[in-house]
Amino acid sequence: MLLIECPWCGPRDESEFAYSGEAHIVRPLTPEELTDEEWADYLFCRRNTRGDHLEQWCHASGCRRYFNVQRDTVTYRIKSVYKPGEPPPGDRP
Amino acid sequence: MSQPHRLAEGGRIDRKRPLTFTFNGRVYPAFRGDTLASGLLANGVHLVARSLKYHRPRGIVGAGVEESNALVQVGEGARSLPNLVATQVELYDGLSARSVNVFPSVGFDLRAVNGWFARLMPPGFYYKTFMWPAGSWRQYEHQIRKAAGFGVVPTGADPDDYDHMNVHCDVLVAGAGPAGLAAALEAGRTGARVILMDERTEPGGALLAGSGRIEGLPAGRWVNRMVEELASLPEVQVLARTTVAGYYEHNFLLALERRTDHLAPGSDPGPRQRLWRIRAKQVVLATGAIERPLVFCNNDRPGVMLASGVSEYIHRYAVLPGSRAVVFTNNDSAYQTAFDLLDAGAQVEAIVDSRPAGQRSAEARERGLQVMNRHAVVDVRGAKRIRGVRLMALSADGGSVSGKGRLACDLLAVSGGWSPTVQLHAQSGARPAYDARKVCFVPGPSVQAERSAGACRGSFDLQACLTEGFRAGAAAAHATGHGDGGLSRPIPSVEGREGDPIQPLWIVPAGKPVSRVPKQFVDPLMDVSAADILTAVREGYDSIEYVKRYTNLGMGPDQGRLGNVNGIAILADQHGTDPGSIGTTTFRPMYTPVTFAALSGGEQKELFDPVRKTAIHEWHVEQGALFENVGQWKRAWYFPWPGESLDEAVDRECLAVRRSVGVLDASTLGKIDIQGPDANVFLNRVYTNPFMKVPIGRCRYGLMLDENGMLMDDGVTARLGEDHYLMHTTTGGAAHVMSWLELWLQTEWPELKLYMTSVTDHWATVSLCGPNSRRVLRKLCSDVDLSRESFPFMAVREGAVAGVPARIFRISFTGELTYEVNVNANFGRHVWEAVFDAGEEYGITPFGTEAMHVLRAEKGYVIVGQDTDGSVTPVDLGMERMLGRKKDFLGKRSLFRSYLVRKDRKQFVGLLTEDPKEVLPEGGQIVDDPSAPLPRPMLGHVTSSYYSAALERSIALGLVKGGHGRTGETVHIQNFDGRTIAARIADPVFYDPKGERQNV
Ligand SMILES: [Zn+2]
Repeated sequence: MLLIECPWCGPRDESEFAYSGEAHIVRPLTPEELTDEEWADYLFCRRNTRGDHLEQWCHASGCRRYFNVQRDTVTYRIKSVYKPGEPPPGDRP
Repeated sequence: MSQPHRLAEGGRIDRKRPLTFTFNGRVYPAFRGDTLASGLLANGVHLVARSLKYHRPRGIVGAGVEESNALVQVGEGARSLPNLVATQVELYDGLSARSVNVFPSVGFDLRAVNGWFARLMPPGFYYKTFMWPAGSWRQYEHQIRKAAGFGVVPTGADPDDYDHMNVHCDVLVAGAGPAGLAAALEAGRTGARVILMDERTEPGGALLAGSGRIEGLPAGRWVNRMVEELASLPEVQVLARTTVAGYYEHNFLLALERRTDHLAPGSDPGPRQRLWRIRAKQVVLATGAIERPLVFCNNDRPGVMLASGVSEYIHRYAVLPGSRAVVFTNNDSAYQTAFDLLDAGAQVEAIVDSRPAGQRSAEARERGLQVMNRHAVVDVRGAKRIRGVRLMALSADGGSVSGKGRLACDLLAVSGGWSPTVQLHAQSGARPAYDARKVCFVPGPSVQAERSAGACRGSFDLQACLTEGFRAGAAAAHATGHGDGGLSRPIPSVEGREGDPIQPLWIVPAGKPVSRVPKQFVDPLMDVSAADILTAVREGYDSIEYVKRYTNLGMGPDQGRLGNVNGIAILADQHGTDPGSIGTTTFRPMYTPVTFAALSGGEQKELFDPVRKTAIHEWHVEQGALFENVGQWKRAWYFPWPGESLDEAVDRECLAVRRSVGVLDASTLGKIDIQGPDANVFLNRVYTNPFMKVPIGRCRYGLMLDENGMLMDDGVTARLGEDHYLMHTTTGGAAHVMSWLELWLQTEWPELKLYMTSVTDHWATVSLCGPNSRRVLRKLCSDVDLSRESFPFMAVREGAVAGVPARIFRISFTGELTYEVNVNANFGRHVWEAVFDAGEEYGITPFGTEAMHVLRAEKGYVIVGQDTDGSVTPVDLGMERMLGRKKDFLGKRSLFRSYLVRKDRKQFVGLLTEDPKEVLPEGGQIVDDPSAPLPRPMLGHVTSSYYSAALERSIALGLVKGGHGRTGETVHIQNFDGRTIAARIADPVFYDPKGERQNV
C-alpha cells in the first residue's frame, strides 16, 4: 500500500488513487500521416523500466486531478511527484 | 476436580477463577489465564493431534506461536474457527475444542495406516502416482484433500462483527518482550506517538516465561513497572492479543487484534476482531526468536517438547509437563530448563549435550545433575507418549555415533538453538543474512524505515535485548523528530553469565543411513523428514524454493516457523555449503493466519458496495417491480401484474409503448455538465461525429471510441447555451467516461477552456414514450409549445412540468415519440406521479429495462457492452456515417489499420429465425454448416435476442463475419440443448425502418 503525495492534497493512501500508465506519452499531432507501425508505437509500446519509472496517477477519490510520479519499480520508492506540464526530474532521453 | 500436573503455586494464572473446558468431548478443569495447551498439559493430556500425511500421534511441542502440531478447531456452529494453535487459544469457561485431521478419534485414527506405508510414500508421491493416467487426478484429488484436511470451515453466516482501524504513528513497535518494552518506553518518553503491539495476552514476552531478575526485581515485577510507565504516557498505545502480521510498502503494516476470542461467545458487544492498518514513520521490530527442534528418530512423539516451552509452562502457567525428564541440547539455553524442572520438583534423568564439557555443564554437575557431554538422543521409545530415549556417544564433529544407552523418561526437552523471527523484516523487502557464529539467520540491511532489536536480531541474552531495545527506541523516535537520540536514563543491569558457543547439529546421526532409520522429522506439521529432503536433492532439486514445493517443507499453516532453518541447513550440508548460500524461502504476509472476516471488516453485506437508487425507486418497489443491477444502480426490470410471467409483462409493456404511452425511469443515465468557450472543440475531439456547430437547443447523438478505435460509449449531447452542453453517457459507463474525458483535458489538452461536472444524481429523468406521450405531457406543461414544428425531434426545451422547472429532451431509444423530462431529483417522484395521473385516461404503463431492451432491439439500436465487447468498431456496426471525415477524433487513426479495414471482420446484423416463435439463445455461436466436422468454424455470436410482441415474431442481433455482405443468407446457431437453429441474416432495423414514428 503506497503512500502517494498528491501535488494538490498532500500525502494520501494508495487506495484513493487510480493508476494511469506511463507518463509523457504525447499524442501525435497528425495521426493520419503516421504509418501503422508508428501509430502502434504510440498506442501500445511502453517502457518496461526496472528502476525509475515516470507514470501518471489520478487522485480519483480526492481532487480528481492527474499528476506524474517518479517511482522505482524495484523498491516502490517514490522519489518525486510533479504536475502535468512540469518537466520530468533529472536527465531523461 | 484435580489438575494432576498443576504446580502448587506460581504462574500468571488466576487460581481464584477456575473454569472447565471440553476437548474432544471430555471436560477438563483449568484456570483463567490458561491456554488450551496449558490446560491440557495440566491435566496430563499430551496427545492432541494426528499428523497431516501419516496420521502419526502428535503432542504439544511449544508454548507460543512456534507450536505447530496442536492444531484445533475451536467453538461450535457458525462461530467455529479451524486450525487454531492450542498454545494461542485462551481458555474461557465452557470453551469447546477438538482435534483436526483425525478420524474417528485422536487416540484411534484409521488413517494412521498411512504410517505403515510411509516408505512407499516418498515426497511428491501424490503428484507422481495420481497424475497417471491422465485425467484421473480429479477422482483422486477428492479423497486426498479429505485425508489431508486441516479443519472444517463453518457453513453458517458469521454472527460476529469485525472492523478496521486506520492509524498513523511515529514509531510502531512489534513485540513486547524485553527489547520491545524498552524500545516503546524510550520512544514514548520523547513524546513521540508510539504503538506497541504484542500477540500474547499481556506484554512481557520471554520475561514471563523465565526466572531472570532485572535491577534486582523478578522479571515479572519489572515488566509490570514498565507497563505502568507506558500507560502513563499519553501518546503511547499498548495493544495485547494483537499480532503484526504484514509489512508492506512505505511502512504500511497490518495487525490483527483478537478482541473477544478469549471471551465466551456473545459476552462482549464489540467487534470480535479488529484489523489495524498502520502507517508508521519508523518501525522497531522486537519479535523475538523461536527455539529450533533437533532432528533425530521419532522426534515427533508426544512428550518431546522444546526446552523453552517446558520452562514457559512451568513459569507462566505453573504446569509441569512431565515428571521424569531428559534434556537434549546443542547450546546453553536448555540448561535453564533443566534447572527449572529440578526446581519445580521433576526428576531430571540427564542433560544430553552434543558439545564437550563447558561452563554450563560444570554448573549443572554442581547442582547434582548428570550431564552426558558429546552424547546425543538418537531415538525415542513410545508412540502416544514417550517412555524413554536411546542414547549414543557423538563424535567431535557431530557426524557419527557409537555405543548405546537408554534412559526412561516421560518428557524430553530439546533445544537445537534459536531462530530470530525475521519474517517481518523480510516482508519489508530486506534479505535476512546467515550468521555462522550465532548459527541462525539475522536481519540484513534495512530497505524501509525499520530496525530490529533483541532476539529477532540474534541477540539472545537479556542484557543485549534491553540495551538494543532502549537504543532502538531512542533512535527511531529521533528519526521522527522526537528526542535527541540519546538514552533518557541508564540501561538496567542484568546479572549475566559467560557461556559456550552453540554447536551446529542439523541431523543427529543414528548409526545407519538416513533412509534406513525411523523418520527424523524436519517439518512435523507437514510430515517432512530429513530423508525426504535427501530424496529431493537426489532427484535434482537443488534450490530451497524447489525443495519446499516438492517436499512441502514450510508449506503448512505455520509457514515453516519451526522446521525451515533445519531444512535449509540439511540442504546446505548436502551441497557442501553453508545455509547462507542456500538462503531462505520468501517470507510473505501474513506472519500468522488472519481471518477473512477481519480482512473484510465492515465491508460486507449492505456495506460491501454502495447501492444507488433513483429518486423514484420507492414507487417502483410499491408497484411490485423486479430490479436488475446495472453497475451499482438498481434499475426497475419489469412491473408484473399479479400472476404475470416475465414474458407476459414485457409483451404488455412493449405494446403499451407502441400503441399508447409508457414511462421509463431513465434517471440512471450518466450526465456530465460541460461549460466553457472550448466545450465544442473538446466534444469534437472526443466524439467521432462533428460537434463544432450544434445549434443551441438541439441534441446530437455521438459515438466515443478509445484510441484503439473500438466503441467505448455512446449517448446524446445537448447544447443548452452558448458555452453550455449536457452530455449523456450509458448508465454503466458514466464513471469511466468521466475519467477518460478528464485525462485528455488535464494531460493532453490543458489549453482548452472548459469545466466538467458529473450531474448524474442531480436530475431525475422521466421518459414518456409512445404516440400518446405528447397528449399526456400537454396536460402538465403549458409554457412549452410541444408541437412538432416548434419542438422537433432532437430538440431540447426548458419549461415547467407539473409546476417544477424541467429540461425536456425529444430524444428516443424506443423509436416512438418521446419526451425525456429532467427535473431536480428532489421533485422526481412528484413529477413521476403527476405523469401517471395525467396519463390514466391513456392507460399509461410503467416499463422497465427489459421492455426497453426489446424496444431498442426492434429498432436495431446497439447497447454498448451487450452488442459490443471492446473489439467492435463503428464500421463493424455499420455506422460509417457517424465518422467525421474532415476532422481528427480519438481512435480515428486506428480505424485505418490493416486489420480493421478487412472485409471479413465480424459485423453487426439482424437475425430472423425460420420459426417466428423460436427465440435464439444470446451468446449462441453462429456457424455456416451445422454438420461440418468439429471443430466447426465459428462466424460470430448472437448478442441480443427477444420475442417482439409488436412484430409478433422473434428478433435477434449478432456479430457475423462479413455479415454486411450476407443479407438474406441462412446461418445456423448452436443452441444450448445441442440443436442448431436456422436463421436468416437481415437488416438490424426491424421496426419502422424509416424512423417515421419518432418524428411526428
Ligand atoms: Zn488530490
